Amino acid sequence: MGYPILNVLIFLPLAGAVVVMAIPAARADLARYIGVGFAVVELGFVVDLVVQFKTVAGFQFVSNHSWISAFGISWHLGVDGISLFLVAMTALLFPIAMAGPRVASNPRSFMGWMLVLEAGCIATFVAMDLFVFFVMFEVTLVPGYFVIAGWGGLRRNYAAFKFFIYTFAGSAFLFVGILSVWFLVGRRTGHNSFDLITITRTASHLPLVDQKLILLAFVAAFAVKIPLVPFHTWLPDAYTEAPTAGSMVIAGILFKLGAYGILRFGVFIFPTAAIDLAPLLLTLAAIGIIYGAVVATVQRDFKRLVAYGSVADVGFIVLGVFAFTSQGITGGVLEMVNHGLTTGAMFFLVGMIWERRRTLRISELGGLQKSAPVMAGVFVLVIMAAIGLPGLNGFVGEFLVLVGTFITHRWWAVVGAVGVILAAVYLLWAFQRVFQGPARGANATMADMTWRERGAIAPLLVGIVFLGVYPAPVLNRITPSVSNLLAHVHSVDPHFKIPPSGTTKVVYAVPANQAVDGALTGAAR
Amino acid sequence: MSAAYLIVALPLAGFVINLWLGRKLGDPGSGWLGTLASVGAFAATVVVWATLLGRSATSRSVDKNIFTWLPVAGLHVNFGLQIDPLSVTMALFVTGVGSLIHLYSIGYMKADPGYPRFFVYLNLFLFSMVVLVLSDNFLFTFLGWEGVGFCSYGLVGFWFDRETAAVAAKKAFVTNRVGDFGFMVAIFFIFFHFGSLNYSAVLGGYHAGHAFGLLAGHPGAISGVTAAAISLLLLLGAVGKSAQIPLYMWLPDAMEGPTPVSALIHAATMVTAGVYLMCRAAPILHYSHSSQVVVACIGAATALFAATIACTQDDIKRVLAYSTISQLGYMFLAVGSGGYTDGLFHMISHAFFKALLFLAAGSVIHGMRDEQNMKKMGGLGRYMPLTAVTFCIGWLAISGIPPFSGFWSKDDVLVSAWQFNKALWAVGLVTAGLTAYYMSRQVALVFFGEARWEEARPAHDEAADHEGALHPHEPDLTMRFPLVLLGVLAFAGGIVNLPYKPFNALERFLSPLFPTAIDPNIVVGTQTKVVLSVVTTALAVAGLVLGLTAWRRAERPALEPAFLRHGWYIDEGLAATVDGPMAGVAGGLAYEVDARGIDGVVGAVAWMAGAGGRQLRKLQTGYVRNYALGIGLGAVALLCYVATRVGS
Repeated sequence: MGYPILNVLIFLPLAGAVVVMAIPAARADLARYIGVGFAVVELGFVVDLVVQFKTVAGFQFVSNHSWISAFGISWHLGVDGISLFLVAMTALLFPIAMAGPRVASNPRSFMGWMLVLEAGCIATFVAMDLFVFFVMFEVTLVPGYFVIAGWGGLRRNYAAFKFFIYTFAGSAFLFVGILSVWFLVGRRTGHNSFDLITITRTASHLPLVDQKLILLAFVAAFAVKIPLVPFHTWLPDAYTEAPTAGSMVIAGILFKLGAYGILRFGVFIFPTAAIDLAPLLLTLAAIGIIYGAVVATVQRDFKRLVAYGSVADVGFIVLGVFAFTSQGITGGVLEMVNHGLTTGAMFFLVGMIWERRRTLRISELGGLQKSAPVMAGVFVLVIMAAIGLPGLNGFVGEFLVLVGTFITHRWWAVVGAVGVILAAVYLLWAFQRVFQGPARGANATMADMTWRERGAIAPLLVGIVFLGVYPAPVLNRITPSVSNLLAHVHSVDPHFKIPPSGTTKVVYAVPANQAVDGALTGAAR
Repeated sequence: MSAAYLIVALPLAGFVINLWLGRKLGDPGSGWLGTLASVGAFAATVVVWATLLGRSATSRSVDKNIFTWLPVAGLHVNFGLQIDPLSVTMALFVTGVGSLIHLYSIGYMKADPGYPRFFVYLNLFLFSMVVLVLSDNFLFTFLGWEGVGFCSYGLVGFWFDRETAAVAAKKAFVTNRVGDFGFMVAIFFIFFHFGSLNYSAVLGGYHAGHAFGLLAGHPGAISGVTAAAISLLLLLGAVGKSAQIPLYMWLPDAMEGPTPVSALIHAATMVTAGVYLMCRAAPILHYSHSSQVVVACIGAATALFAATIACTQDDIKRVLAYSTISQLGYMFLAVGSGGYTDGLFHMISHAFFKALLFLAAGSVIHGMRDEQNMKKMGGLGRYMPLTAVTFCIGWLAISGIPPFSGFWSKDDVLVSAWQFNKALWAVGLVTAGLTAYYMSRQVALVFFGEARWEEARPAHDEAADHEGALHPHEPDLTMRFPLVLLGVLAFAGGIVNLPYKPFNALERFLSPLFPTAIDPNIVVGTQTKVVLSVVTTALAVAGLVLGLTAWRRAERPALEPAFLRHGWYIDEGLAATVDGPMAGVAGGLAYEVDARGIDGVVGAVAWMAGAGGRQLRKLQTGYVRNYALGIGLGAVALLCYVATRVGS
């Protein structure tokens, strides 16, 4: 690794945003190509990142520079198995979202905001400094707001405002939490630092009450972002009102920031408190799985239906994370990636129907398979992935989550498995009403997918099939980091046994054996 | 043994090629490609079977790993094949019957706009089905299990612009999902208890007479309760897939699919997957007597229940659908009674005669230009002699008339039921009579008697005018050949397992998997068997005669009570008691709880912030005196606070 790859990944899209904005208004149409070009180059770098990534535990490609030393803030970046594929999925989804759907107006600022959003997302995933994480976590809200408010549907202003204020209010708790842990850890170690590894090493020695309170603050912020029921009501509005590309990346990536945050900054820093809090979160997750699916069933708007489906899907992620088993957490991480692929594809397809029919009311659609057989075929594939048909990606994630949860929390897993039935109900019913039956009026003559759209969605479909059939390369990269996480939990809380008993072959490498410059030492190799 | 890979690879290749090039290959190219893939898979299965026969009886189990699917810490699941007598038996008849039905479809689906799509699904189905039966672990089986369910969904809804087909497809998938829920939780349980999902690890190694090694006496042996939980959860999955009570409702509706689909998926192969699963999990099932009782009772109840409904249906395919449910009930009865081989034997003979009946029915529907109401048929034997003869072979086979295949297999099923529980045997016996009766009714209505279709299609029928008068006719050669071959098999298929020592090939082949210690055929003496057989046959003949004589006329309302025509009002009852309230709950959650309740609170918080802001804004008056007053009051309060702190 001859170059600071993570810094490149963050600053390249930012540079792209500047370039795109600088295009003269007369040549605004160029923005589309240049913007997508930057996103594609970014994807190229991410491919290099994945290729170079070693299948071991611990952070790799670490870059650490003191930033505001007075407060112990450093520009500390690194990637491990948990964040690697989130970065990869981000880099994959952005060019597709930027190239696939048509953008109605003002492509320069649209592409600019999208690139800023991409930079923010990637920075959040690779931040190893709590302050940097917080800033990036918040920064993503700004482009998110403008994408919804600038290019969204009829109620876009309401939706964008709600999205911004609601998640921002949650973040206030996150900020208080981060400052508290910074202060308490600083008092204990003698020097203040926002560094993730320093804090992780020390935070578990804090009084349990403090740990719990701070974790609760974190959870409050992430629960809104994820979102967990009952903090989810910004989601259907935001997803529905956002433009197609916006829905794709907001649903596909933005809320994973919350799920990722709860794993990396909640479970990792405060394992004992997280174990205590697990029943609450598992319950909220299980409720979300059922609730989201039931509410999705009766939605009258197709896009809103897909949005509520997301509420159900995130339940699986949280379920897996708080199962505290290798299978559960690995499944949860994989499910974040899966959901990005399937939901991204789903919103893309829904957007295609919107572009053609200018309505998404389910009652006004019907019989589209006749006029658009290819779109229907692709839709079936994506729906089946979302339902969790084995052989497609959704199943791998769901199964790992549920089997992992079953080991430690049997009944929650059973409730989650009920969600698997319900997903079939709402998605197949929607498919039946939209694509099957007799086609009337404009539905009979709707144009099928264009070659541009087919090309744009193809990588997502390849990902859906590949991860379903041969997830081993991905799992082999995620699992060591997850096992380390569990080993860390075990080291902090000896009462915690790593289930199932067959998996004690864990290398304990993070963070004790992790040199600050990123070189892997000792047992980690 | 490497031919085993081909069994899986060829249908997959057919699927992929047809998916890419199906439209170019068109009609009939894509059909022939699909058929070729299927026949190739059959040939490969025969090779594997022959290889297996060449080995000694105790070493007939080979694991073929393909690649690792899910490696996560303690969980390690492979795509792997297990070649043993059970899986090869299943694969043989799946690919064999499958090939014939592929061939039949070439002619049957001719000129359908979705022709390539049909064969895409059909090959994917075959692939999933062989994965289901050949897999060496529960999860890979589950992949095949869901795969066949998906293909069933796609094929039931093949004519998607028909509302009824779309609804039936969804119903089939969702009902199956309820069963799959059970299967999935069973898999969780199995992993939790055994730390593995491989058959060899969970069900014990393959040693003659020691198939239950790991369960009984092993230190990590599971408790009876766990065995019951696992087997009942697996049963839930099996019940969904094999359309047993209480999850049978989807199968009659699934007849919306093209007839070859009904023959292949909804009669011969996919619906038997539940029986296969029960046989595969025999060591666990056998460990829990209460589960066995449940399996047998569900089987017997379904057999009788579906048979009563079959007696009153008018749609030629719905009769066969209820008949399939009933026959599957027989298989569950046998498996629950411990007669695994008997259940499998009946599965095989049923595959022959029921596929035959469906294909012959398809030939009738084809000849009658898509008419499916038997009351509008009649006298077709004169116009379609080949179809009539083959259908009649199927009729006699399913009725259990010696020496047709169904006689031998049904006899075995009833023998195992006899030794397990006399009451269940009696239910099976009554069902045998009913079966002969409703099948005779069908034959009488369709092939015998007066032709009722001319007056059913009056001259002013636009379609008839346009295409000319209706002339029932025999089908193409590609459709006739499978009919004849299946006719031969339905007649003589019993020879795979006759109850005479050197001719019980199937029993001997499978015996290492299902040790003879639990084989009911040993327990029941030969004389008893003969008596049972005579009783059953007598009842079947009675049903036969009754059916033929009663249904010389097409209208006999007394024999068709409304509650049977409506299937005991189960569907209507469910619609009234479940659908409505469920929709109400969902609607209430979405539009009251979610939109008004939860989002209402969010809105209220926002409103309070806004209102609070408006109130606070009043403080910002801009008058210096007001601010001065505030500062002054603040200073006083601060002083008071400091004073009290200092004082204390």
